[in-house]
This record gives sequence, C-alpha cells and structure tokens, in this order.
Amino acid sequence: MEILVCARRVPDTSENEIQLNSAGNDIERDDLVYSINEPDNYAVEEALQIVAKSGGNVTVATVGSDEDEEILRREMAMGANQGVLLNDDAFSGSDGKGIATILKGFVQKGKYDLVLTGVQAEDGGAQVGGMLAAMLDYPFASLVNAIEVVDGKKLKISREIEGGNKEMSEIDLPCVLSIQTGINEPRYVGMRGIRQVQSLEIPTYGASDLAVDPSSVGEAGAKVKRDDYFVPAVGKGAEILQGDSEEIIAKLIELIKAKGGLQ
Amino acid sequence: MLESIQSPAQATYWFISGRTLFLGIHILGLACFAYIVARRLAPLLNAQRELRFDRPLIRIGRVLQFWFGQWKHPRYRTAGIVHILFFAGFIILAVHTFALLGLGTASGPTGPSPSSLARAYDLITNYAATIVFWCMIFAAVRRLVFKPARYAVPARYGKAHTADAIFLLALIAILMFAESVFEASKVALLAGHGHAVESLAALSLPWTLHNAFASVSPQVLWNLYLGSYLVQALTFYFLLCYRPFGIQFHVETSLFGVYFAKLDKGTVKPVRWGVSDEQLDQVKSFGVKKFEDFTWKHMLDFYSCADCGRCSDQCPANAVGRPLSPRFITTKARDYCFQHFPVFGRTNNSHALIGGIYSDDEIWSCTTCGACEEECPLLIEYIDKIVDLRRGMVDDGNVPKSLQKPLKALESRGNPYGKMEKKRVEWAKEKEFQSTCQVKVLNGDGRADTLFFVDSITSYDDRIQAIGRATARALTDAGENFGILGAAEKDSGHEARRFGEEMLFQALRDQNVQAIKESGVKRIVTADPHAYNALKHDYKDVPPVEHISQVISRGVKSGKLKFNPVENGENVYTYHDPCYLGRHNGVYDDPRYVLDAIPGMKRVEMGRCRDRSFCCGGGGLMLFYEPKEEQRMGVKRVQMAAEAGANVIVTACPFCMVNMEDAIKVAGMEGKMTAIDLTELVDQQLVRESPQVAEKDSNVVTHASS
Repeated sequence: MEILVCARRVPDTSENEIQLNSAGNDIERDDLVYSINEPDNYAVEEALQIVAKSGGNVTVATVGSDEDEEILRREMAMGANQGVLLNDDAFSGSDGKGIATILKGFVQKGKYDLVLTGVQAEDGGAQVGGMLAAMLDYPFASLVNAIEVVDGKKLKISREIEGGNKEMSEIDLPCVLSIQTGINEPRYVGMRGIRQVQSLEIPTYGASDLAVDPSSVGEAGAKVKRDDYFVPAVGKGAEILQGDSEEIIAKLIELIKAKGGLQ
Repeated sequence: MLESIQSPAQATYWFISGRTLFLGIHILGLACFAYIVARRLAPLLNAQRELRFDRPLIRIGRVLQFWFGQWKHPRYRTAGIVHILFFAGFIILAVHTFALLGLGTASGPTGPSPSSLARAYDLITNYAATIVFWCMIFAAVRRLVFKPARYAVPARYGKAHTADAIFLLALIAILMFAESVFEASKVALLAGHGHAVESLAALSLPWTLHNAFASVSPQVLWNLYLGSYLVQALTFYFLLCYRPFGIQFHVETSLFGVYFAKLDKGTVKPVRWGVSDEQLDQVKSFGVKKFEDFTWKHMLDFYSCADCGRCSDQCPANAVGRPLSPRFITTKARDYCFQHFPVFGRTNNSHALIGGIYSDDEIWSCTTCGACEEECPLLIEYIDKIVDLRRGMVDDGNVPKSLQKPLKALESRGNPYGKMEKKRVEWAKEKEFQSTCQVKVLNGDGRADTLFFVDSITSYDDRIQAIGRATARALTDAGENFGILGAAEKDSGHEARRFGEEMLFQALRDQNVQAIKESGVKRIVTADPHAYNALKHDYKDVPPVEHISQVISRGVKSGKLKFNPVENGENVYTYHDPCYLGRHNGVYDDPRYVLDAIPGMKRVEMGRCRDRSFCCGGGGLMLFYEPKEEQRMGVKRVQMAAEAGANVIVTACPFCMVNMEDAIKVAGMEGKMTAIDLTELVDQQLVRESPQVAEKDSNVVTHASS
C-alpha cells in the first residue's frame, strides 16, 4: 500500500512558553523550539505499522520552507521511505484551503492508496484533511483511532464516540483519514536515527511542479485571514482550597456535594 | 610382612586390570570435559569484543583479594563463612585429589606417605575433606529446612533451583565420603599388614570411618578400598563434566571472571569496544538486541553466576516489586545460552532478547544504583548489560512514552523539562539570595578558577534551586572564586547515557566540554552526584571535579568553615548515601565528617548505609519513568531511617531530595520525618561574620515538629 502522510511543523507546546508578541498579532517566535505536530507523528507511526504488515511505502509531505525539513528527517529516521518538501514563495500565507490545494497537487502527481493527516495541527483548525478529500473526491473519515486493512481495497476503521464507545466503519480505498492521537504508541526517534538520514536528499516541489495556480494559494488565495491574537481576561472560576489535607478534603467533599457530584 | 598394599591400578575390577579401567575413565572424563568446555566457549568466540587484557598486576591483585581471599563472602555471614570453609577445603584438597586420581594408573603399590611433610599434608586433607563434607550437609539442610528467602524463585522466573543445588551438594558430599572411605580402608589395610605408622587426623571423617571399620574383615576392607576408589574417580569426572551445565560452572569460570572483571567503577562501557565516538555512525546496530551482541566477558558472567541471590537481595527494584531481579537477568541469559548453543546439536540463535527472555519494563526498572555489583562475590557486572540492552531498545525506537518527551527536550533544549535555556540561571536571581550572594556567569567577561556545574534539576526545579543557592553560599564562604556557565550549560547527560541514548549523551557532553574549556576554569564543583559522576568518568579532557561535600569537608578541616551548634537538640540525623556519590565514587566519609563537625549533632546510621545504601528511586530520567511497582523505593528508605531512630534524613543529591520528600508524603510521615540536603544544613549552621542569612525555604524544615 502506498501511503502519504501530510505533516506539519509546529512550536512544541511542551517545550515553549507561548507568549504574544508586542504587536499582539502573533506569538513571540524568538527562542521557540519546533517539532512535528503530534497527531501527525501518530499518523506516520500508523502508516509504518500498516506497511510493516501489508507492504508498501510511506511518504511524508509537508508544505513549508527549508526549516521544515527537520520534521521530514525525523519521520524518515522513524522509518518513512521518503520525505517531500512542498516549498514555493507563492505558498506562504496559505489558509487551510490553500494548503489542501497544494497537497492535492502533490497527491495527483503520485499514486497513493491512502492519505493520512493528523486530526488537527496544534496551531491549526482541523481543516485540511476534509478539504483535501473533497478536492480529490476521495472518501474521508475523521478522528480515526484504529485501522485494519480488510483486503487491498477496503479499510475497517473506528473512531471514539461519546462515553468511550467505538464506532466502526468500512471505507473504500483510496481515501483520506485524519488520525487521532492514541491510535498507537509512536516509536522513539533517537539522535542516531536522525544523523543517519541527515544526508539523504529531500525532493522539493514548487507550484509549477504541482500544477498549482499560484493565485489560488498563499496570501493571494487565502480567504481566511488571521486578524488578532489575544489572551482572555482571567475569570473567577478557580478557587484554591487552604488548610491541611484533612480540611482540604472536607471542603472538597462539601463543594462536590453542593454541585451535585456526590449524593 | 608387606610394607604396602596393591594400588587400585594393580587390582582387578571385574576381570579388567585397574590400570586399564582407570586410564579409560581418565581419558573419557577429560575428553568429555574438553569437548563440553569447547562447546561452551563457542558463543564467547562469536561475541562482541571487550578489552579486558590491560593492567594485569591490578587484576592479579583482585584475583588474590576477591577470588582467593573470598573478600565479599563474609558480607553474608553464614553462607559466606560456609563458602570460605569449603573453598579453602577445595584448595587444600586440589593436590591430594590429583595425586589420588594418579593412583589409578600408578605403577607402584600404595604405601604410607614417604616424608613427614607429606604426612602432615595428609592429615590436613583429612580435615579438609571432613569440613567440605559437613559444609555440604549443612548447606543441604539450610536449603531444604531453613530455606533462606533469597534462594526462592518467584513463579514468573521459572522453577525453583533447589533440586539442582541439592544434587550438586550431594555429588560433592559423595566425593568427600568416597575419598574418606578410601583413606580409612587404606590405613586399616596397611595396619592389617602390620604397618601402623600411617595415621589419620583425630575426629576427621576418615578417622571416624577407620574406627568404624575396626571389626570389618580384611576382604570387606579390600572391597571398600577398591569400591571407594572407583566411586571417587567416577564422581570426580561426573562432577567435572556436569558442572558446565549449571551453577557449579563457576568453579571453573570464576577465576577468569574475577581476573577480567571491570576495573573502572562509575563508567559505562563504550557502544562497541575499539570503536571511537567518531566512527559510531558506521556501526550498524547499537547495543544488545540478540545474545551474540553481548561481549564475551558478559557471557562469561552468565556462566560464572553461582545463583546465590545476593544481588537480588540487595536490589532496590526487586525489593519494591518492580519486574527486575538481577539474578534472573543472568540465569535467564544462561538458560538461553545453554538452549541455543547446546553442547549436543546445532546452535540456534538470533532471537530477540527483549520480548523473549526479558521484558521492556524489566530493563527500564533498573536505577543503575550498583547495589547488585557491589554485593556479587564473583564481581559480575549488571549496569553495562542493562545499558547495552537499553541502547538496543533505543535503537529500535522502543522507548516508553514517559521517557520520550524528556529525551526530546534534552535534544532541543538541553534539559529534560523542556524549559528555556535562558531560564537556566533564574535560581541565582532570587531577590533575597541575590542581595547577599552574586553568582557570576562565565560567558567571556566573567572569569573564575572554579566552575559550579549546576545541572538541570538544580537549575529548574523550584524546590531544588534552594540546593543551588545553598551550594553557592557555601562556596562563597569557603572562599572559592567561582562562576556558572549559565545558558551555555546543558544537562550533563548522565542519565541520557545510562538510559541508552548514547548519541544524545555525546551531543550534550560535547557542548558542555566546549563551554567548560571556553570558561577557562581550573576545577569544577557540583552538588549533584550524577553530574559529578558524568564529569569525572564520562567526560574527557575537563578540569578535575569535586563534589561539594568534599569542598566543605576540606573547609572544615582547614578551619575556614565553622558551624554553630544544632538549634534543636532533639533531632536525630541520619545520612543517606547517594548511589553516585557513595557506591560509584567511594565518597562516604566526607559528608559524614562534615555532619559530625556540627556541634551537638546526633547522628545514627541506617542498617543499610555506605556501600549497602538503598537507592531512593533513581535520578535524572528515572524521575519521569513510570515503573510498575508495589511500593516506592523512597518509602522503604524513609521507613529505614525511622527504624534507625532518625527524624531527619540528610542527603547530598538533588534527586534523593525529590524522592525522599515525595516518599515522606506518600508514607504519611510529614511532621515526623524531614529531608534536608547536606548543603542546606551546612548553610543553616555556618558561622558567618557577614549577615548572610541562610535560606528558609518553605520545604526546608529545620526541626521536626511532633
């Protein structure tokens, strides 16, 4: 099975203190460290596990600039066969639809049975997967937390629904799935793995390679534009209980009872 | 009257001449033994390299101490003394036994020993055989009746080894008994021939048997004489050939195991011996994934284990019910080896060890505290094997989720918390502290002789930062001109290396080494034993490093540092030895010296102290790992402190502090027990002329209130 995983490089929320810049229109980007968007990492692991069972190749693609190669190498160190960078000046400032348009161009260059995206980017809005599927006219399923290859043509997938229950579906290939974290346990990528793929070439494609109309992507094509960032005012929702353990427990029980949590 | 009797070689056994029979037994026995040993050596020849041929004089010295001198044995008194007794017995009997075997093919008759020296030796061997015989009986009774807990085999590790042990004890007892019957009947026969010069050692086994044979007819004596000789020859060769199939192989291998034992404590073996760091990118696979990835020395260790269970008895992971017991790390590997490199039949190897004989959790459970290695009478190594197995798992991407984040953060931020580099100096910017103590950052402008290597936990952890400040004040009082690397300092990488992430460790080390060199310092001081161990053993070409306890102890000795009497005379202190200060680096006395220099200090020792210290739960990345365990190591440790009658645990390691304070809460001992770092205590007690006030952090309780 030929699998494409669409990945994205985002500021690592666990290793940064995210603050607004002085202009208030973006976050402070000095001193940030980046990593692959976490759900995308799960998608790559899932693709690797599928390929380990039923053969094929895993390609990881990202829309971005040279700096974004870092995550492609990390995923190649994980086991992906190829990383592809979709880079063009015309791409910068794309909205969700723009990204989906660029990815569509890349998907149509190759022959993929399955396209995976993370459920959402940590700095994004979970838009790309669905739009990409629609543009390709592929079936789409979101929030997938289990995949089983039925034969070469179908997948059995599940997603979690209310109350921890699972909904099982069948989906025809080729298709697009957005992958939920927790679907697997992504393998560790060590320094050594990254060093070993350090010199591998990463093909780069621009707008003309992908037959993408530059005016339909990037800032030119963006119909959704970021307007502002702001930090919401601190509300009065939290209360810190004081006293020793016994007193705190007593107060807590009282509070929970008052809200109907304990009968 | 005849002066001698026929030797077994001259006798006839079932129409076969004794000489033919015993020559056959010798040849067959030795041939079998040679074949078996050759087969057992086969995996060692296919193993990874290990360079253990250096420093022969030191190695010989260690053989004399640990092998011949049985140095570690008395640590377990009963079993140890019994072992020393029968080891001495074997050593004494060695010459005798070979001489005895020689009789089977000797041309002359058997007579009394020719010289007085030989007769004296004979008397000693009578006692030696007796002692060995009774030791075997004692050991068997102990195994069968008293059943010391450390010999038990939990169900998850397979079947009990009792039958095997008893069988071997019985074989040795039979050998001793047969030799004694032979000696007794020989003397009785010689006496029957009117030769009473030959005597036996009073109250020895041969002497007792000789008395028992007083009324036995010469014919029966003759049969006993020939029969016991045959039994001892057969038993000897059976034992020789049977030993390589079980725990008794240590009789042959221990000498080599001790000779080739690791000399450099605190170090971790290189990824591949003889491969430099620069060449590591060419190494196809890291660590141990299958049996042949072990080094020959590690395989020799598997053969040498005597299954005495002391390692596991001391192992803190085993004590709290983690799925790790060092003894079974060895015995499972030995069973694997015997099964896949059989004496008869084809080798059948290349199976993955993780998921096979070892589980992931088993290998991650080790805190590398070194208690097992400290205890092993045969100097078997565990930490290098654990680290090598982890390297294999890291190479395969098989790392628990709880460890992936801190490892990634070490890579991108140089600390396991993912905090920003520029915040590494914030501990020194606390207002009250800064008003009395200024800490220089050595970034080109500031110069100093001494580097205070802070490391990650002391830089970033809110509670532990107090240890950093106490250390800085103690250094100031000791008159040190010191500074820190600030944002240029990275995590020492001590745990990254011990968790198998060698390349990450090397990256961190290289950055630190460069920063240290650029700072131009002449020496390094740290309050973190893990950083201390890394700088001392894992780093090369850096200035000499000391732990803060050594600096303070020197300051006390020189009179530079003086202490006020303890405020609360009711407190009873106990010192907990951090593994990487004590066991791995032998710093036991400096912290104790400092404590005892405080007037009015009441200090007790815990049952497990110094080289038997009980790990607090592990440092560095171990703080992130979520082990499967029944209890926390720290909880056990604070209970030990309470049992010793202490209400203040003094330690000298930031990770011990985190674990102890957590454990005090978990054990519900808040108010009854407190933990304090040595530097914090020193900081409180120091006599200061300037009004430099020691910090009273919220968590640092100067006296227990209950």
